[in-house]
This record gives sequence, C-alpha cells and structure tokens, in this order.
Amino acid sequence: MQKKYMNMLKKVPAYIVVGIWIIIALTPLLWMISSSFKGEASLMSTPPKLIPDPFSLENYKKLFEKPIFLWVSNSVLVATAVTIEVLLVSSMAGYAFAKLNFSGKNILFWLLISTMMIPNQVTLAPLYELIMRLGFLDSFKALIFPPMAAVWGTFLLKQFIQTLPKELIDSGRVDGASEWQIFSRIILPIAKPGLAVLGIFTFVGHWNDFMWPLVVIREPSKYTIQLGLSAFRFEHTTAYGPMMAGATLAALPMILIFFLLQRYFMEGLTVGAVKG
Amino acid sequence: MSKKIIRNKEAIAGYLFITPVYLGFILFKIYPLIKAIIMSFTMVGTNYVGWVGFSNYIAVFKDYTWWPSVKNTVIYSIIVVPCAIFIPFFLAAMIRVMRSAAQTIAKSCLYLPQVSSGLVLSLVWLWIYDPFSGLMNYLVGLVGIPPQIWLGSVKTALLSLILMAILSGHGSSTLLYMAAMGSIPKSLYEVARLEGANWWHTLRNITWPLLRPTVLYVLIMSIISSFQVFTPSFVMTRGGPGLATSTIVYKIYNDLFSYFSFGTATAEALVLAIVIVGISMIQFKFFASDVEY
Repeated sequence: MQKKYMNMLKKVPAYIVVGIWIIIALTPLLWMISSSFKGEASLMSTPPKLIPDPFSLENYKKLFEKPIFLWVSNSVLVATAVTIEVLLVSSMAGYAFAKLNFSGKNILFWLLISTMMIPNQVTLAPLYELIMRLGFLDSFKALIFPPMAAVWGTFLLKQFIQTLPKELIDSGRVDGASEWQIFSRIILPIAKPGLAVLGIFTFVGHWNDFMWPLVVIREPSKYTIQLGLSAFRFEHTTAYGPMMAGATLAALPMILIFFLLQRYFMEGLTVGAVKG
Repeated sequence: MSKKIIRNKEAIAGYLFITPVYLGFILFKIYPLIKAIIMSFTMVGTNYVGWVGFSNYIAVFKDYTWWPSVKNTVIYSIIVVPCAIFIPFFLAAMIRVMRSAAQTIAKSCLYLPQVSSGLVLSLVWLWIYDPFSGLMNYLVGLVGIPPQIWLGSVKTALLSLILMAILSGHGSSTLLYMAAMGSIPKSLYEVARLEGANWWHTLRNITWPLLRPTVLYVLIMSIISSFQVFTPSFVMTRGGPGLATSTIVYKIYNDLFSYFSFGTATAEALVLAIVIVGISMIQFKFFASDVEY
C-alpha cells in the first residue's frame, strides 16, 4: 500500500512541470481570446485581467468595418478547393506508387521526394513570374493551382495505401473491375482515415498560409483572412483590441477543427517520421 | 499472354494515375527550380540581360545586409533548434508517466498553439511585447525588472522573437517522441530497474539512444523551419530596428518585392537551399544508424 503511494508521489513533479509548461504555452492564445472581448478601458488595465470585465463586443464592431466576412469566405473557398485538389491528386498518385507496377516507378517517386527539402523561397521569384504570365495574379487561381504539386500528400498516402492488403486489388481484377473502379470503389473507401489526415493538414495549412498569398494577391477584395489581418495590422499599428478580435476569428475555426478531429491530427503526425 | 496484358494495363493505369501530380510537379516545382538557377545567372533587377556569371552571387556576399541576416538566422537557429529537440523530449518523457486521461489533455493543450497561424501568433506576441500595455512588461515587473522596449531595441528584438518561438511550438514533436517511446520494449526498462537504474539513467541510456531516428527527424525539421523563419520578422518588426531581426528569408522577400532585384534574391534563395540540404545530409551521415531493439 505504501509503495503505491510512493509511486504516485514520484509522479507529482512530472504533473507540475508539464502543467506549468502548458500554462505558458496556452497563455498567449487565452490572452488573445479574452482581450478580444475587452473594452478600450479594461484592455490596458494593470494588473491585466484574464476574464473580460465588462464584457464588450466593441473590438469586433471595429473589426467589422473591414470586409471580414468576405476575407473569411475567401479563405474557406481557397482552402476547400486546395484540399479537394490535393486529396484527388495525391490519392491517385499515392495508389499508383504503392500498388501498381510500372517501369521507372521508383525513380519517379524519388524524384518527387527529393524536392521536399528544397525551401519554397527558391521558386518564389520564378513561380511569381509564371503566375503573372498565366494571368493568375490577383486571382484565386494563383492560390489554388500551385498546390497541385502535392509531393507531401503523395508521400503520405503512398505510405498509408501500402499497408492495405494486395488481395483487395486482385479480387477486384478477378471481378473484372477497371483500374479506375478498383481505385475509386475499393481503395478510396478504405483509405478514408489516410485521406482524413491529409485533408485536415492541407486545409489547416492553407488556411494559415501567409507568404504565398502575400506575394500574389494585392487586391483587398481577394484577401484571405491572414492577408486582411496583416493589412489591418499595418494600417492601425496599435489597435490591439480589434487586432485580437481578428486573430481570434482567424484562429478559432482551426481550434474547433482540431478539437473535433483530434484523433486524425495525432495519427497524421507520426506518418511523416515512419521509416520506409 | 493474358498476364502480360494485365501487366500492360496496370502500367498504363500507373502512368495515368501519376499524371496529375506530375503535371503540377513539373509546372510548379521543377520548371521554377530550373528557372531559378537560370535567373540567378542571367538576371539583373527585373530584366534578363544574358549570362552574368557569378556576379549575382558575388553581389550577395558583398551586400552589407546579407551577413547580418545570416547572423540573425544562425543565432535564432542555434538557440531555437536545441530547444525544439530537448524540450519536447523531456515533456514526452514526463507525460508518459501520467495517467492516460491526463496524457490526452496534455497532448491536446501542447498541440493547440500549432494550429494557429504564424500571423496570429505574431499579432498576439506583438501586443505581449508592447512597451506600454503589453503582458511581458507586467510580468517582468513582478520580479522587479524595469519595462523594456522588447521589439524596438537592438539588444532585445531578436531575443524576443526567439523566446516567442521557444514558447509556442513543440506540440507535434512531443507527440512524435511519445509515439516512438511507446515502441521501445518495456522489458528493457524492467531490466534496468532491477539493476538499480533511476529515471534519469534510463532516460539517458535507453530512451535517448533508441530514439535516434526520431531525434534526427525532429532535428532536420526544426533546422529547416528555423532557417526559413519569416512571418514574425515581417509582421512584428519589419526586420528592425535597423537589421536586428532581418532573417535570410525576410531579406529574400524584401529583395524580391521591395527592391525587385530578382537575380540576387534567387541567388540568395539558392545559397539558402544549398545550406539547408547540406546540413540535412550531414545530419543523416552522422546520426542515421539503424536502431535495433
């Protein structure tokens, strides 16, 4: 009995250290959300209060003088389109690389993978030039088409589809299904967990993307929420209240997605590091 | 005969299935990559002027804003990368002794800051560091430190961005470490405990060495991301005061879209790419040894 208590006691430091670290890590986000509901007076109060008192929507009113709804819906549109595109393109390629035999397969796969480490900044100028020549500047096309080079997605889904039994495909062939039918009717349905992981990471990643939209979108009506917020920041350098309201609006959908789909986040993280 | 037909059909399907990704890959990755190399040897400003040899590269190294940006990026990485390796390692080791309900809560709390964009975090921290109304001056005031102009002073600006990076990441690495720790056989720890090893000994002599593949992965990922830090410099400080927080990628962005010197900017980006790929290769050489349990 005493030993049991000793064991529990030994774990106390772990709880304390992890607890303190979590408080530190979450403070900025809590601070952001709580401040977004503070009025001008309580925003600057010392000592700072975590619970807004009085509770106020002043900041959101100020923020909505800008076309926030438009920016949010632009972000939804772009992130959704990119997610669908990436899922389709990478599931097809991932399936081919995992289960189909064709000559040059390995070389073609490694060529894709080898570019993963090259930083995006290298292609920033030429890609900008290309987008300009295609007439895509200031258009959602500039945000939607380049992610078609879904290297990471292809890698991830190849890893996932590889673990599915080959017999499924063989039985499909015996039944006389075409290659496309095997892919769309047999593989896609059982690959759903992998697709979910990729879909969530793609959506969140493109919702949060900042540098590329900054480069190709100048027209305020085409801003994503991230661009709109950054423009707001440079227009009103110290309007922290509305800034926090905007940051909350940009972060909250992702936080909700995270809580609803946590399981997939946790799964997806380990895929990249698996050897093989 | 029919087997051969099936094999042909399979091969054709294979090529067709990878066509979309390869279209995107060639158009938006390979072509720009080759073009970048060409640009760095042929462009001055926004014009193609024909072969200019290594003059863009030489211009990069002579540029008085290049080396401070390199220095800032290196200082940033030297502090941030070890934190990104060890903090999640210890967090993971500690979370693993907790009860499973507490583990789940801890994991989600740690991961939460990572679903927020760099821009959101930059805006929040911009305010935290505000000299008049920011949280940071209030907190340091509690321990008697006078208020600082965190982002406005050459002495503290870069350190402030570093502190922000250290405090707002680690979720995904912690989860990776935890997953890897879970795959180490329990029997190893039992044997060690019978021989009288304490928590620290087992962590140092069993967990750490067996986690080398994961450590390598976290190391390379954090080097890549810290060498590419951009958003905080752009949003919070505009690289300033002076050049105090100008990073390599911030400088590349500025050279492209403020000064329109495409030739030198792509040369800078290629130098960065070579450094990143080079460092990763070296890490692979030194670190990658197959771990067997």
